[in-house]
This record gives sequence, structure tokens and C-alpha cells, in this order.
Amino acid sequence: MTTSQVKSRAADLRGRFETAGAVPVDCGILQPAETLLDLYGEDIRTRAYVTHDPARGEQMLRPDFTVPVVQMHMESGAEPARYTYAGEVFRRQEDHPERPSEYLQVGFEVFDRTNPAEADAEVFALFNEVLGPLGLRAATGDIGILTAAVQGLQTSDARRAALMRHLWRPRRFRGLLDRFAGRTAVPASRAALLAAKAPQKIDAPSIGLRSDAEVASRIEALRQDAAEPPISDEQVALLDAVMGVKETCPFALEHLRDLAVDLPVIAHAVERFSDRCEALDKRGVDVAALEFETTYGRTFMEYYDGFVFGFYAGTRPDLPPVASGGRYDALTRVLGKGAEIPAVGGVIRPHLVVELEGAA
Amino acid sequence: MSLKLGVPSKGRLMEKTFDWFGERGVRLSRTGSDREYAGAVEGVEGISLVLLSAGEIPRELAAGRIHLGVTGTDLVREKLVQWDQKVKPLAELGFGHADLIVAVPTCWVDVDTLDDLDGAAAAFRAQHGFRMRIATKYHRLIRDYLRQGGVADYQLVDSQGATEGTVKNLTAEAIADITSTGETLRANHLKILQEEPVLRSQATLFKSRIADLEPSERAAMTALCQTLGV
Repeated sequence: MTTSQVKSRAADLRGRFETAGAVPVDCGILQPAETLLDLYGEDIRTRAYVTHDPARGEQMLRPDFTVPVVQMHMESGAEPARYTYAGEVFRRQEDHPERPSEYLQVGFEVFDRTNPAEADAEVFALFNEVLGPLGLRAATGDIGILTAAVQGLQTSDARRAALMRHLWRPRRFRGLLDRFAGRTAVPASRAALLAAKAPQKIDAPSIGLRSDAEVASRIEALRQDAAEPPISDEQVALLDAVMGVKETCPFALEHLRDLAVDLPVIAHAVERFSDRCEALDKRGVDVAALEFETTYGRTFMEYYDGFVFGFYAGTRPDLPPVASGGRYDALTRVLGKGAEIPAVGGVIRPHLVVELEGAA
Repeated sequence: MSLKLGVPSKGRLMEKTFDWFGERGVRLSRTGSDREYAGAVEGVEGISLVLLSAGEIPRELAAGRIHLGVTGTDLVREKLVQWDQKVKPLAELGFGHADLIVAVPTCWVDVDTLDDLDGAAAAFRAQHGFRMRIATKYHRLIRDYLRQGGVADYQLVDSQGATEGTVKNLTAEAIADITSTGETLRANHLKILQEEPVLRSQATLFKSRIADLEPSERAAMTALCQTLGV
């Protein structure tokens, strides 16, 4: 496999996306680090290269195109829009030194508010067709159903917000859920704090930017939380059932519809899943054989908030997904400064395509 | 060529390293003037002493430029990606004890655990519009630790010294640093979170897994390990 082979394959793939109606776009390799750090948190430093510019501050070698393409669209794009791009992305590989730290991505992104289920199907069907000859295994999920189930829990706004904030961190999420359900003991330090009559009367000066009033306000929030009744076993069981759905699409849909009888807050998201299945079927995707898992992509696709998908080489479990993507409506809201637009897209890693084609 | 042993070039760490080897029949010494970084090894043949800053020893071991080195576990884990594939700990030397910890202002009576720190970080970001700053020089270790602990909405700011002062100077809200007695923390009105430390560090003799050994160097390595009983 040579660089020119991969580059020419990337150009082919971008050509396919142009034929599908996308406008080619490009963006700078250096991106302001702050935007990405604010979106993903410090952890992105373990995955992206950060460099320093004396005038512009911290800059990042683009770890993907999605954020700059969304920014470009939110600033100047007309609706609806379809974009494609092909270019290098840069990833630190501390845990997988055998994987490349610089590789090409070819992407296809759809900004269209008319029919989200239809747009989901358009992106997936296109990837499915383009990658068809490689005989890959497709995985799909829906973060929107997960989100709806959490938002629908009968508990305080503060607890729902805390769970949503850690949706991406399964262990932390489970720890919070167990505590809110009264299944784990309150830590001794917390119990002592709540029992104290005047907890802030201590022999230490107030230092730092976080004020005494902020400390007081968190103590008040902890007191309110302690007075909150536990989330019921029934609610936790329903949430677990929703998160545990892992079947082919038709069975998953039936299962989720049954759950929606007891958990009506997910009904809307489940119907969108149903619309998507219909739209995929119309586009010739074999929906009956397509895998679905509610929590697919939960740990590594932070900005996705609806449909998510990945394409894997069944014979090469050591490889990362050959392609992946999903819906990221919330990202357009965060970057849009008040504006928003439903958006869905995905990327292909052409070096893996060439590698698999070479092996075939 | 001779087997290269890297040891800290100054201070108590150097003295205690010399003592540890001396007690086991290997005499290390500095030669030449006080300011010249040259040394000698007596008691085992074929070994040369390399005097280095403790902070550079991990890098030299990983590059294979020295075969053995004495440095802190904290420095090895912070500076070497996949450290256990590059160096092998041979012996803990029983000095240079220090815990890497996270500390917050004592006046944060609501924060004692990582769960609290995360809750405070969420509220702080909502209030101030930026992520809570934690000052440290141990970026990789602390990032890993906070990820494992489920802490979000923080940022690490680099601090190569006087880290305990950053909170009072308003350049950070909390700190992560090594401490042995906790005295400097208390003097700066900081308290350690009631969690297991990020790392319990001490001076350790490491062997490079990267450096090649010629037959004569291999013989020196065997003789040294035998004499030291490691």
C-alpha cells in the first residue's frame, strides 16, 4: 500500500460523494484548540496533537473535519447543504502505537432539516453502497433513544442533568444511577457535611476564585438532593432494558415499542427509528439483517446524539472501523451561537479500504 | 564498552542512592571537582557511572543510552508512554517517598472526593464560563486518573514549580502534585482529597528493556545484580 494509492482511492471516494450531490470543501489543518477542548474536555489531548502559537495560542492539528465543517456551514452555508472532503487528520496513538498517527479521511455531511429520518437513511445507504464490495459488517445504534430514556426518568432536574453529563462515561453513569437509586451508601464525608450545622465555619481562609457563596450553593444543592426520593427500581429496570436492546433492527424496534408502553417518553425517538428503518428499506438496505444496539458508540462518539453507525472488517477485528458516522444536531447548536440545524454525516478511512482491497 | 548506570547528579537523592549502593558493597563516588559531573564505581568491574538529572533518567533508559538508572516511579510513569515495555523495576530503594495527590482549598468544605470535585467542576464552569483549572506538571498521570475517576469540565494548566501557590494567585482552582509530609499544602491552605493517591512513588532502580547488552556488559550486569541482591 503506497501513499499515492491511498490518495487516489480517497479522491475516488470523494468523487462518489460529489456524484451523490455533495459540494467539496476544505479546512485548515491548524484549528484553535480551545473550541475542541471545550467540546471534548481535556481527554482530547490524549488523542490530538496540540501545538502552541505565540500569537494565536494553543492550536490543534485537526483530529477530524466535522467541527470545522460545521463551523463553516453555520457561518456561511445555505440550506440544505451536502458537503464532502478528503484530507489528512492527525491522532496521537498512545494506546495503539501500531496505528497511524496521520491518515486520510473522506467525509460526507448532510445539513437538512426537512426529514431527519430520510437524511439518516441517505447517509447510511450511500456508505453501504460505496463500501458494499468489501463485505463489511455494519453496526448501528441510536443515542437519541438513550437520551430520551434518561430525560424521562422520574427524578429531579439536577439528577437528570448529572446523568446526561456523564452519558459518555458508562462507569461514572452507573455510579451516579446507583447512588440516585439509593443502592450505594452516601460517602462518609458527604454525610458529615450534610449533618453539620455550620459546615463553612472552619479555621481556614477563603482562597481562590471559587467563592464561599459557590461552596454554599453546592451544599444547598447537595441538601436538596439528599431530600430527593430514590429513583424507583422499576425506573432503573426500564432504563436498563432500553440500554440492553441489541438485536437486528426489526426485533429491536418491536422490543423498544413494547418498552415505550411503560416508558412513553421514548416513543417519539422510537418512532424516528421506525421511520429510519422504512427509509433504509426503500433505499435497498437489508434492514432485516442490520444490527442495532441502543448504546452503540456510547463510549467513543461523544458529539453524536441520534443515529450512529460503523462499518467493520469482520476478518480483521484488530482494525478500527473502516467507516463511522452519525447525527450531531446538538453540535450545531453548540457551535451555531444560537442557530442550529439537524445534521448527519460520516467518514471513511481510505487507507483501510485500500488495505482490505489488497487482501481480497 | 561498559555497563552504564545513571544516577541523580545532586542533592539528597544522589547521597541516598550512593548510600544504598554502598550498603550493598558497591561504592559510587563523584570524581574530579565538586562541579564536574563525573563519577566512579568500585566493587564491580565494567560499570561506568552517568550523573544525570533525575528527570532525564527515564528518557535515557527508554532511549537505551543507559542500561540501569535510579529515579522516581512518578517520573517514569509520567514521561514514558507504555513505560512497562521500556523499563523494568529491579528494586525499590526505600527513600524518596512521595505521593502524587490532588488537593483543593481547605475552604471547599463541600469537596472531599473525586465525585465532589466533578460536581464542583460542573458548577464552576456554569458560573465562570471556563473549565476549572488544575495546576500540575504531571499531565498524563493526572488526566488518566481524572478520567478513571469520571471527572469532567476541568483543564490542566502547566506548573513546573511553586504549584501550591497557584490557587492563592488565582491561576488555578486546584492542584495535583507530589507531597511527602503535606506540610507545604497545609501552609498554603490546601487539603488532599480523601481518595487513594494517584501514585505512591519512591526512588527505584530501573533496568532498560531497550538498551542492548554486549557480552562484557551482560557479565557486568549479572555481577552487579548479584552483588546488590536484586
